[in-house]
Amino acid sequence: MRRAPPALAFLCLLAAGALASAAPQAPPNGAPQEAPPAAGPAPGADLVARGKYLATLGDCTGCHTRPGGAPYEGGLGLGSPFGTIYTANITSDPKVGIGSWSADQFWRALHEGRRNDGAHLYPAFPYPYFTHVTREDSDALRAYLLSVPASSYRPPANKLIFPVNIRGAMAIWNALFFRAEPFTGRADQSAEWNRGAYIVTGLGHCGACHTPKNMLQADSRSKPLQGGKIENWFAPDLDGSPRGLASWSRDDIVEFLKTGRNARSNGGASMAAVLVHSTTQMTDEDRRDIAVYLKSLPPSDAPASRGAAQDVMAQGGAVYRDECSACHGVNGAGEPRLFPALRNDANVQQRDPTTMVRYILTGSQTASSAARPTAFTMPAFSWKLNDREVAAVATYVRNSFGNNAQPVSASEVANLRHKVAAHPIQKELPAAEQR
Amino acid sequence: MAQALAKTDVVMIGFGWVGAMMGQELTDAGLNVVALERGSWRDTPTDFATTFAQDELRYYWRHELFERLNHETLTFRNNDGQTALPMRHLGSFLPGSNVGGSGVHWNGQVWRFLPSDFLAKSHNLSRYGKSAVPDDMTIQDWGVTYDDLEPYYDKFEYLCGVSGKAGNLKGQIIPGGDPFEGPRSRDYPNPPLDMPYAPMLFAKAAADMGRHPFPHPAANVSRPYTNPLGVQLAQCTYCGFCEKYGCGNYSKSTAQTTILPVLMRKPNFTLRTRSEVRRIELSPDGKTATGVTYVDAQGRELFQPADLVILCAYALENVRMLLLSDVGKPYDPNTGEGLVGKNYAYQITSSVNVFYDDKILNPFIGAGALGMMCNDFNGDNFDHTGLGFIGGGYVGLMQTGARPIETHPTPDGTPTWGAGWKRAVAKNYLRATTISTHGAVMSHKQNHLDLDPTYKDALGRPLLRMSFDFTDNEHKMSDYLTDRAAEMGRAMNPREIKVNKRKGSYDIVPYQTTHNTGGAIMGTSPRDSVLNTYLQSWDVPNLFVPGANAFPQNPGYNPTGTVAALTFRCADAIKSHYLKAPGQPLVHA
Repeated sequence: MRRAPPALAFLCLLAAGALASAAPQAPPNGAPQEAPPAAGPAPGADLVARGKYLATLGDCTGCHTRPGGAPYEGGLGLGSPFGTIYTANITSDPKVGIGSWSADQFWRALHEGRRNDGAHLYPAFPYPYFTHVTREDSDALRAYLLSVPASSYRPPANKLIFPVNIRGAMAIWNALFFRAEPFTGRADQSAEWNRGAYIVTGLGHCGACHTPKNMLQADSRSKPLQGGKIENWFAPDLDGSPRGLASWSRDDIVEFLKTGRNARSNGGASMAAVLVHSTTQMTDEDRRDIAVYLKSLPPSDAPASRGAAQDVMAQGGAVYRDECSACHGVNGAGEPRLFPALRNDANVQQRDPTTMVRYILTGSQTASSAARPTAFTMPAFSWKLNDREVAAVATYVRNSFGNNAQPVSASEVANLRHKVAAHPIQKELPAAEQR
Repeated sequence: MAQALAKTDVVMIGFGWVGAMMGQELTDAGLNVVALERGSWRDTPTDFATTFAQDELRYYWRHELFERLNHETLTFRNNDGQTALPMRHLGSFLPGSNVGGSGVHWNGQVWRFLPSDFLAKSHNLSRYGKSAVPDDMTIQDWGVTYDDLEPYYDKFEYLCGVSGKAGNLKGQIIPGGDPFEGPRSRDYPNPPLDMPYAPMLFAKAAADMGRHPFPHPAANVSRPYTNPLGVQLAQCTYCGFCEKYGCGNYSKSTAQTTILPVLMRKPNFTLRTRSEVRRIELSPDGKTATGVTYVDAQGRELFQPADLVILCAYALENVRMLLLSDVGKPYDPNTGEGLVGKNYAYQITSSVNVFYDDKILNPFIGAGALGMMCNDFNGDNFDHTGLGFIGGGYVGLMQTGARPIETHPTPDGTPTWGAGWKRAVAKNYLRATTISTHGAVMSHKQNHLDLDPTYKDALGRPLLRMSFDFTDNEHKMSDYLTDRAAEMGRAMNPREIKVNKRKGSYDIVPYQTTHNTGGAIMGTSPRDSVLNTYLQSWDVPNLFVPGANAFPQNPGYNPTGTVAALTFRCADAIKSHYLKAPGQPLVHA
């Protein structure tokens, strides 16, 4: 795992602080605050159904079910600059799952980021968002997870660097970046807005990808949903700027969440799983409320483009006509809901071109939904175009059809090519074939 | 001993076009369906993405998408006097393997047969008298009519998003369409493809001669299309790589681009690839199929029990599977007894090359079914009195994309190699085009399929043996069509034309068409057919055999539209009648 030296230095300081302060800060919270659930009347079917829907809102399965694993038994490796964290088994198993957790303990995990024994969870489990979840929803979610068949699978141990491998260090992280606070709505906004905000900033944990991070992987609170870099993707800006959702109508957002695509964009990359497991399964009301909230976000500043060199534009144009225009059109208009338009497209004009360049290098598959079943796929060009050609065509697209964004350099492409070389598009079998 | 698996409602053998259609229909009816495909999973981005789909060497010359003959092939002879030998290199026809079957590399030519084609015997007898059908010509009526199939043709055309122009809407002749076609209930879902220069030159010449040119109905979609299942296709880019290729652009209708995105999501559908069926297992009395035995990728032999068995491999493999499973009695051309393997038929093709000096035709612009066609000489659209043959075919100019390794038209008198040949290719590539004819093959007593007595496949089973030759009827008919094509070629005012008639015995080496038909034919009586008109086995009522194997003879059109219509009709019969009385014949003998 590559690490930036400044972060390492900072970590050493942090480590010293953590060790020094470990004793006085460690709260005696290992003891359960209420008895584990005894055999009693089964929770109401209503409660379980509500919890199941909340698990959908939170896309719990996205991280807690690994490919080929049983539902919610965990074991998916999540990359971070500090190593790999394996997601927990959250089935009803009393030993490795959450079967023995009390309702209070479950709530504390969501609200404070603590395990049932009181140890700190890592914020890869997005408790900075889940802290907003109401106690009522927490109880429902727990009721649902307890209804999931138990699995005794034990996920692998985390592989983290020092000092992050000491859970206690998270006390410092929490002190610096985390406030346990329930969601407080805004009286001056509509019920729809408040519900949308509750989902987006809570269970939906949209900012986990879409909000920029500081060097310790905490959200930049001053830049909510302004686009974030994660695992060699750049999750686009979702605020009201031209590179965000300014040109998307509320209906555009709803259609995207419901079907996985709209006239402007096809949902792919890491968003595909979110679309498949979460947003396409939501109620129409919740999708509308999310759109209401997102459309209320103010625009943020965008860096001015320094303009692209003429020869690069000429080369990029030639590559574009040969390789891209058959699907995206010579004028970048695309084909709505089949091949995304590049004209006025937010993804291609992000301040950070990572996602766009990665699409060119590795290709991308659109999410398949009941409404739009075909998983249209952009092929990989990494074997066909060199770094200069990829940079040129990316620069061309970022500065054609009315687009305006910083040019992309060949070294940026080379860097990303190196990082994603281990992740070429795999020939994947559809789930139905593997049964 | 084969390991027995849990029983399923339906097991399908083969997963191409027909398998996908049947799978979609039967899972819609709530049945649990297991499909067994001998080949591998195959899809657009992984197997023929736009970045490499137009690789002529890989796909055509090295046969990437076709059947692997070192695993499965057939033996061939022209007649019973010869010893059949294994086909060791693909040539005349190109069956597919893997998911999507031959439908992945088809051109997308979607035709309906003529109303009179379904009455091949009775119609010709009544119009031309007894002598029109010689004793050794074993043609029969189909037992279904055009009107029976019309709704199912329509269903397939809308599934595919066919681009075309109706010529006969509910009996009203529409200018610009095919005036000879049977009445259709509504127009095509998409307008015709944009027509390049050469087909327009042909259409003008043909119209001036009083013929009736119209745009070829194409499963290459002319505009973005969402089919009734909600599956989307993209506008064709005229890249010229359809026939023998997969489409990287989601523009050619295949199982992958029209059905699989929906079917593969269904919980009651299971596809097992690399699963080759050895045989259909029968109950001790031979009257019920109990399931199928197959060999999986690990070489394990498994028994998949099922209530209903659908045999939906390629036509030739369907016939072979019946023979290997002892379903029905093999046909013997010497005694005329038995029916399985009878009435194997094919098609007869020819062409006329047209060379210009003054016209640049850009022949590399193309699509699989892009062209202007005339049916003036198809079926019984013209008076055959005194011609000495029955049947016919279409004459048309199709611009499928002049792939550079395959396409080097040269006029008569050109050297076949060296500098002179190269000069002629360079001079003519942009200035040449081709009119093609595509004619019917009537069934004949001696043309048939059976099991080879000598050669075996990788699993130790006898290969299929094909005994086939063209007869006088085909040659006379094809020569007549070629003469008409030559007239039209000359009327296009070129520098010169070159006429390529089909001469002599059928030759399995040069590519002709992948339109092998018959061998397990449909009909109204078990005395002269293997399947009833719902493609249900007369002998084993819980076995259905949809495919071109059901054609009693092969009309002058491409078969896919009719294969699909028969399949949808079969599926409809299973859903609305068979399931109410499972195991019972839908037609009583």
